[in-house]
Amino acid sequence: MTPFTVHTGIAASMPAPNVDTDVIMPKQFLKRIDRAGLAEGAFHDLRQDPGFVLNREPWSDASILICGENFGCGSSREYAVWGLMQWGIRVIVAPSIAGIFFGNCEKNGLLAITLPPDDVAALATLAADPATVEFEVDLPAQAIRHARGETSFDIPQARKTLLMEGKDHVARTLEHENDIAAYEAARLQPAPRLSSRIA
Amino acid sequence: MKTLYEKLLDAHTVRRIDDDTVLLYVDFHVMNEYTSPQAFAGLHEAGRSVRDPGRHLAIVDHVSPTRAIASLDEVEDAGGRLQIETLAENCARHEIELIDLFDPRQGIEHVVVPDLGLAWPGTTILCGDSHTTTYGAFGALAYGIGTSEIEHILATQTVEHSVLKPMRITLTGAPGAGVTAKDMVMAVIARIGANGAAGHAVEWDGPAVAALGMEGRMTLCNMIVEAGARVAVIAPDGMALAHLGGRPHAPTGDAWDALAAHATTLRTDEGAVFAREVEIDVAAIAPLVTWGTSPDQAAPIFATVPDPRGDADRRALDYMDLVPGMPLHTIQIDRAFIGSCTNARIEDLRAAAQILRGRRVADGVTAICVPGSKAVRAQAEAEGLDAIFREAGFEWRGSGCSMCLAMNDDVAATGERLASSTNRNFEGRQGRGARTHLMSPAMVAAAAVTGHLTDVRKL
Repeated sequence: MTPFTVHTGIAASMPAPNVDTDVIMPKQFLKRIDRAGLAEGAFHDLRQDPGFVLNREPWSDASILICGENFGCGSSREYAVWGLMQWGIRVIVAPSIAGIFFGNCEKNGLLAITLPPDDVAALATLAADPATVEFEVDLPAQAIRHARGETSFDIPQARKTLLMEGKDHVARTLEHENDIAAYEAARLQPAPRLSSRIA
Repeated sequence: MKTLYEKLLDAHTVRRIDDDTVLLYVDFHVMNEYTSPQAFAGLHEAGRSVRDPGRHLAIVDHVSPTRAIASLDEVEDAGGRLQIETLAENCARHEIELIDLFDPRQGIEHVVVPDLGLAWPGTTILCGDSHTTTYGAFGALAYGIGTSEIEHILATQTVEHSVLKPMRITLTGAPGAGVTAKDMVMAVIARIGANGAAGHAVEWDGPAVAALGMEGRMTLCNMIVEAGARVAVIAPDGMALAHLGGRPHAPTGDAWDALAAHATTLRTDEGAVFAREVEIDVAAIAPLVTWGTSPDQAAPIFATVPDPRGDADRRALDYMDLVPGMPLHTIQIDRAFIGSCTNARIEDLRAAAQILRGRRVADGVTAICVPGSKAVRAQAEAEGLDAIFREAGFEWRGSGCSMCLAMNDDVAATGERLASSTNRNFEGRQGRGARTHLMSPAMVAAAAVTGHLTDVRKL
């Protein structure tokens, strides 16, 4: 996973609420066994409209999306995050971000930030004006710098460390393999198991 | 004093990572062909193995054709076929149980798993599909994950879990005729919004939940994800245990006694505190339909298309080609679809068949029924339901996710309008430019025979 420290780029405002992962990555791009070739799928149907923000200068080069409530709701498809990253998106800011999508962002090094609606609205206003679209997102400092100053954000420490180190999350867990083995040895709750093929 | 979610969480916590996150043990993991290939690829690239193959099950469902085929070569879509082949290779390599297209147990994963007796109370069950919450109907801590988390589970049998806030949704009263579990969950989503349960683990409670059968309870737990819930759970009662007992993978003997004893502890303590409480009297609910492109854009069938309250509503009405003030029951449909992990179980097919008996699908409407699994299909055929569907003019198909997300060849055309028993009315969900109205299976049947959205209570 690509480490995230400081990113400078163009921000685009997409204020619609409930932008779902079917819209972010339509079904025809899900028939793959790898993670490649998904930039074409990102917002595919929305991009058929020449007026769509990511079709217009300067936002066609946007790497930061300022979004509405519940961004990324719906299907668990991680293809949505892979496609956004391949399109060039590195940061998503929204008043709320759907749970599975949020986790998928974190696992891929896409920084997902939630902020109070007023803060998001202020950032969206800046992002809508070509004169003030450039933002600097500083993860170590937990700050978004822009033409009007700075907006700070919260992030849990474990998540921040994971993103900054860009470390493989499986490797991080396997450092605690003893804990997993101890849990397995001690557990009492009954659970199903398929030890062999059913006849 | 703890809620059921908190008890399940505590029982499966391997270690605390930070204030917001725990490492959660995964008792059972279900995979499909479309979200798992890259997880296996990642595992192989890192040179890792599957920690415990007996705790996984793979099922082909998302790209499954619903027309009868004799071999994999007949799957016309090359991408889907490659995903099916890749799943088979990965399962063979790692000795993971696979239910492929030709297995008599095949079906939609969330229909198959409970039917095989694999949804045990008190367990954690994860799957790379957002509707995994279905298993919460049995008192399991179950939720959907992404592909990176699938890889993490394969390698470690754990997942990093962001701790949720407990939320209780209490359903009181008795539903009127024609009001189903689907209408109840749609009413809740319409009330609290598509984001209303975000960050929460929902516990369904109250006499109207207890009065539902297991199929209805699964519908509640399944579809509340459309309000943003990450987890949904119902305290397992005698009905849940009775549903599980005797199924192929249900425990027997002493193991059954242990599970049944454990299940009695799986309930929220008196006095435990929920971060949020919602209560709805189901006696006040009428059958609902959606009018927009988000599941919370729903109204009772007797209502009219509402005035837009903002840009999102205006965009939805434009996409749906609807005008405010138009009575919902006058909306004409092109297609009717009965299927999906939300509503394709035997109880759903019975409810639809009751409406279809002695009636015909309206001229110009294409209607298909996709049973949730081969077992559900066989059960329906044993009850003669297939004949009722066919005589009414429905196509009686094989099982799979089908037109719920249109990853197979069951795709609606641009501009077509559907009455659908599924869970998502997103733009393009059932086909690019297709317009979806969500409703219960009986309401879909009613729309199919009249050709327009219809109050099932009037038939």
